[in-house]
Amino acid sequence: MPDVITLTVNGRPVQVAEGDMVSTAVAAAGETSYRRSVSGQPRGPLCGMGICFECRVTIDGCAHRRSCQTPCRPGMQVVTDGV
Amino acid sequence: VSGKTPDIVIVGAGIVGSSCAAELAAGGASVLVLEGDTVGGGATAAGMGHLVVMDDSEEEFALTRYSRQLWLDLAPELPRPVEFERCGTIWVAADDEEMTFVTQKHGYYGTRGVATEILDSQALREAEPHLRPGLMGGLLVTEDCVLYAPVATRWLLDKALLHGARLRPGVRAVKISTGEVKLSNGETIRADLVVNAAGAESPKLMPDVPVRPRKGHLAITARYPGFVRHQVVELGYLKSAHGTATESVAFNVQPRATGQVLIGSSRQFGRDDRETNAPILSKMLVRAIEYMPDLADLAVIRTWTGFRPATSDALPLVGPHTQLERVYLATGHEGLGITTSLGTGRLLADQILGRPPAIPVEPYLPSRFAGASVHA
Repeated sequence: MPDVITLTVNGRPVQVAEGDMVSTAVAAAGETSYRRSVSGQPRGPLCGMGICFECRVTIDGCAHRRSCQTPCRPGMQVVTDGV
Repeated sequence: VSGKTPDIVIVGAGIVGSSCAAELAAGGASVLVLEGDTVGGGATAAGMGHLVVMDDSEEEFALTRYSRQLWLDLAPELPRPVEFERCGTIWVAADDEEMTFVTQKHGYYGTRGVATEILDSQALREAEPHLRPGLMGGLLVTEDCVLYAPVATRWLLDKALLHGARLRPGVRAVKISTGEVKLSNGETIRADLVVNAAGAESPKLMPDVPVRPRKGHLAITARYPGFVRHQVVELGYLKSAHGTATESVAFNVQPRATGQVLIGSSRQFGRDDRETNAPILSKMLVRAIEYMPDLADLAVIRTWTGFRPATSDALPLVGPHTQLERVYLATGHEGLGITTSLGTGRLLADQILGRPPAIPVEPYLPSRFAGASVHA
């Protein structure tokens, strides 16, 4: 059994298994808009393998991180629905 | 050309050719535009789209000021996708010597009616918080602008088409001679006048076009809205842009309407390959990070190159060719073609249609190079 860790998505605590990607934590938090396109459309994970860049979120203040390629860490602060 | 309005073929639908087409068609000429590639897809698309008044010479100042005014006049008509923004230019002074240039520039622009504001060190930090601490100050040129040049070009060309001009896309001109253009498919198009507006390609089409390609690199980041607010350029840019060094870089960043940051700039003579060159790109980015350290944390998503059509006196060639009759030049704009496209279109149409120009055309006539070593 992997350890359970806690991080926040848009300020709300979310529990995921260690080794889960941030994209999973965002989904677990019930968020559907990971970011917004230039024309304001909601975007989310498409390819799940780091190619499409649609799943970008802000992690610990750093924008444009690919949530599907970033493993969750305890205490991480994830913000969605940005640029 | 007298009597009837002339029948004109323009070679090249970059921003300069499209502006010439719009002016000539609006003036009643019958215009055909030839473009072998994408409209506005050459240096027009490769550049930054900075509309800037420059003062390297009186002649450069006259043409850039005139052209910027034409852009400001046009601004209310420009559709949103042109991304026209009056963001202003900040010329950054790194030391005391450069601060004296700020004062000089302020005086020069002021006496000629161009609004500027001197920023001290603190005002500069407030205007652009991501600049490194310790810079001396800068000069804000409040009415400089930026736009997205490929879309502006399409808009200018559409204006020409509304006035009856025609576009033949996908045809490549290979040779211009008196009143005619030969195409790569063997066809020859005849006209009263031919305008060579082929930018960096213009010297390949006919003899005696004193233009050399000057390669540049640019990088663009992902979207970081508000990271930079003005076009911000180091004053050392003037040395880089107008020096004769084979290779140079300068700090030059621009906010895009999308929130992206466009990062320049480099200048290289003697390179005709389109490849991005890692050493000069790296020098360019290092220079940018020296001025704006936080740039290092942004993600660059694309880099590319382009070729500026450069002349030896940093002024464009606008007017009749010295050797070939019934051939005009509208080329040689180097890195200022987005700004000076409108002035060029107006001044070329003034010459062809016999109208009085708003500023003297003599400094830009190709005849200033007549008798130079081009016949050697």
